[in-house]
Amino acid sequence: MEEKLLATAERVIALGEEGEQIEVVAVHEQETEIRVYEGEIESFTASESQGVGIRVIQDGRQGMAYAGTLDEKILKETLIEARDNSTFGTYDEFVAIAEPDGVKPISLNLYHPMISQFPTEEKISLAKELEKYIRNSDERIVGVESTEYVDSISASAIVTSSGIRRSSYEGGCYVAASSLASDGKDMQTGFGYSIGRNPELLDIEKAGTQASDRATRMLGAKKAQSGRQTVILDPYVTAQFLGIIGSTFSGEALLKGRSLFAGREGEPIASSMVTLVDDPTDAEAFTATEVDGEGLASRRNILINSGTLQGFLHNSYTARALNTISTGSAVRSYNSSPGVGSLALSLVPGSKSQEKLIENIDDGILIQGVAGLHSGVNPISGDFSAGAEGIQIRNGKLAEPVREITIASTLQRMLLEVQDIGSDLERLPMRSSGVSLVVGDVTVSGV
Amino acid sequence: MSCKTSTVGSMGIEMIEQEVIERTLAEALKTGGEFAEVFVEDKQSSSAYFDDGKVEELTSGRDRGAGIRVVVGETTGFAHTADLTESGLLGAARSAAAAARSQGRQAVAKKLVDSSAPSPNPVLLLPENIEKIRKVELLKRADEVARNQSNAITQVSARYGDSRRRILVANSDGVFASDDQVRTLFSVACVATGDAGMQTGRESTGRPIGFELFNEFDVEELAERAAQRALTKLSARPAPSGAMPVVIGSGGGGVLFHEACGHGLEADLVKKQASVFAGKIGKNVASELVTLIDDGTMSKEWGAFAIDDEGRPAQKNVLIQDGELVDYMWDGLRSRSQDRQSSGNGRRQSYQVLPMVRMTNTYIANGDTDPQDIIANTPNGVYVAHLGGGQVNTATGDFVFGMTEAYLIEDGKITSPIREGNLIGNGPEVLKQIDALGNDFKMGSPGTCGKDGQGVPVGDGTPTLRVQSMTVGGTAA
Repeated sequence: MEEKLLATAERVIALGEEGEQIEVVAVHEQETEIRVYEGEIESFTASESQGVGIRVIQDGRQGMAYAGTLDEKILKETLIEARDNSTFGTYDEFVAIAEPDGVKPISLNLYHPMISQFPTEEKISLAKELEKYIRNSDERIVGVESTEYVDSISASAIVTSSGIRRSSYEGGCYVAASSLASDGKDMQTGFGYSIGRNPELLDIEKAGTQASDRATRMLGAKKAQSGRQTVILDPYVTAQFLGIIGSTFSGEALLKGRSLFAGREGEPIASSMVTLVDDPTDAEAFTATEVDGEGLASRRNILINSGTLQGFLHNSYTARALNTISTGSAVRSYNSSPGVGSLALSLVPGSKSQEKLIENIDDGILIQGVAGLHSGVNPISGDFSAGAEGIQIRNGKLAEPVREITIASTLQRMLLEVQDIGSDLERLPMRSSGVSLVVGDVTVSGV
Repeated sequence: MSCKTSTVGSMGIEMIEQEVIERTLAEALKTGGEFAEVFVEDKQSSSAYFDDGKVEELTSGRDRGAGIRVVVGETTGFAHTADLTESGLLGAARSAAAAARSQGRQAVAKKLVDSSAPSPNPVLLLPENIEKIRKVELLKRADEVARNQSNAITQVSARYGDSRRRILVANSDGVFASDDQVRTLFSVACVATGDAGMQTGRESTGRPIGFELFNEFDVEELAERAAQRALTKLSARPAPSGAMPVVIGSGGGGVLFHEACGHGLEADLVKKQASVFAGKIGKNVASELVTLIDDGTMSKEWGAFAIDDEGRPAQKNVLIQDGELVDYMWDGLRSRSQDRQSSGNGRRQSYQVLPMVRMTNTYIANGDTDPQDIIANTPNGVYVAHLGGGQVNTATGDFVFGMTEAYLIEDGKITSPIREGNLIGNGPEVLKQIDALGNDFKMGSPGTCGKDGQGVPVGDGTPTLRVQSMTVGGTAA
């Protein structure tokens, strides 16, 4: 499949005209999604999709077009459309297709043949097993709203007129479930998941226990008192925050004067416990990848080193404009041109378990879920406010559950107020991994 | 020129003949399916993005394919293909059917009958017929106007986007309908820089019409509002923290109801008991001031269409009447099991995914109080002129949404602007706490509602209203 995609991309490159730079991304993806409900298959989706994205640059002007097919006739039309679009771009001396930079991709073995060999019946069983596990885990579980098994195998190729020719073949799968718990009065929900490169690596028990515990331990939750508190973020919540913090390290935000941390390289911007890396070469990360969105080798980039701002992430455009080199951080799908962003963020874990971290907190809240991060965080000013739920911590022990509260601070203050980091690194189906994180001086609004 | 004048088969998805659709449905039913559907989509889109003083790029896109589903009992088999030839469709039909088998007697598809419905509004200027340079000029104008507002405006970005989505739906119940859905959207985002850092302001407009949007709507005015919103926030104080009365301005707060109860009234969630509103039909679920309506037929509103993505005509559905829960929203799958009709709320992001119950244009009907009186009668609290996105847990009813433009109310007057923050509440509680409703109903900005990873265009609206007590999640003590 990779060879076929490379050949397709090369045929488009060959249609290039004098004086134009072209970049072609071609993708092919197969996905299976199985949802079960009350022991039966609710839906079974078998899908196969493909697409091409073409970027044309001439005279410092860029145009883009895409199509959800690899049909030869449409490929030609798409190229013509991209070429036409480029005539409307504003001249920008830094706009160009990436050049080969000599960095070799690290082979990560992201495709396990097992994912293709695993029988469909057994995939269905995994989902059913997970649902059953949750139902039987606790008598207060009154339903499992959804349980799914999803796998995908994706092939992609990128070829440019500047001599880049790279392809990748990746597979991944996960199970996820969302549960409903009730004590007769109150209803609460919880979710759990497990990810892997092939179905044999999925941990049904872990996913099931998570989904069950998260819902049952919230039963009877009340609002918390308002005030400033120390919170400990569950790994999943930390990962969500990392995603937002990561966007402030984008070379694009820097270039356009929108980064909170512009001009602060070499300065302390976080507690000295914080080391934040974007490492897509970590094969365990869900979003690990050998090449970035412009076909350059992905690499491990340190953003914050023991509290000190180390640097920003760049694609070839922001690197040229800021007179530096690409960090292999171009992000994109076939239907967009390359942006800049983190590929697989993670905090370097500490040495204590979550339990141990809780023991060290006299008065605080374990935040197990946040809501409204997409609307409540302003990555430009750093202000954030999010709906939250969790468990009150008293004298180093988990006490009563709390809900319908908000937690608020600024991203800047949050980084400086990191008091401890857990050892419980957790891989999640998103661009960041999670770890328990203790943060001081967070405003909690409740009653 | 109206885009909705021709009949099924001769418009939109003209490349597929009726007989091919019929053979595909027959193939889909071969393994014992009770219901089969073919959904064909051909979507063209174009967008232009302006940022940092430059037209960064124009993008054109084309997505075309078919999704086929087969239902047996509670099980749905689904497959999609970008190959619209007969062999491509038959292949997808077989894949979908393989996952939904039964021993039952093979169903026979009913004869297809044209069931298209009238469009909510005509489309006068198809975006594909507009020269690209005119789209680019709009962006430049917006940038110029926004920057002229103040030297403190340090960044401006603007986006133009249009799409034309032609769909054809045919199913074994004989439905055979098509729609030609055109949408045009424009947004401006500004960054203002002051002594205390950067603040942002964003404004957007969008309608299910073509380029005539810009005859009805002034890009300059939009840019000015976005810039002013960012500038206003430069002097904003930290938002307060804790429970207090919240007044929501007309047009700016429909998302409150979208989150507080809209999602909880979607029949797929209700059926799984994953909604606090399950089993509440006929009960009082809101203050008697509240009448909540979901209306896919609203002319020129962002969430409007002629047919939903299951081929049902759009409908106006009263969900809550004077505080009493009247009905949920339904799609085909959920309504069939209840032996009732779909309410025209079966929607999907694209041919690559299954439809589910989705809102269209959701709004609170007008009240009769002068909005000035509502504010004057609120000694202290928060006035929210504009809400951002939100999120809800339908099973618990807990929801949050962001305030993108808000002010303090002190002694019955709107005073200082406050910085961004979230509001948090519980749907059933907040609905009962609405104690004042203005007579100034307005629809709000175009939105995209996300559910299960699928985004669809939706609209919302409200008059000015007051919630007795909600939790404001700011940082001020």
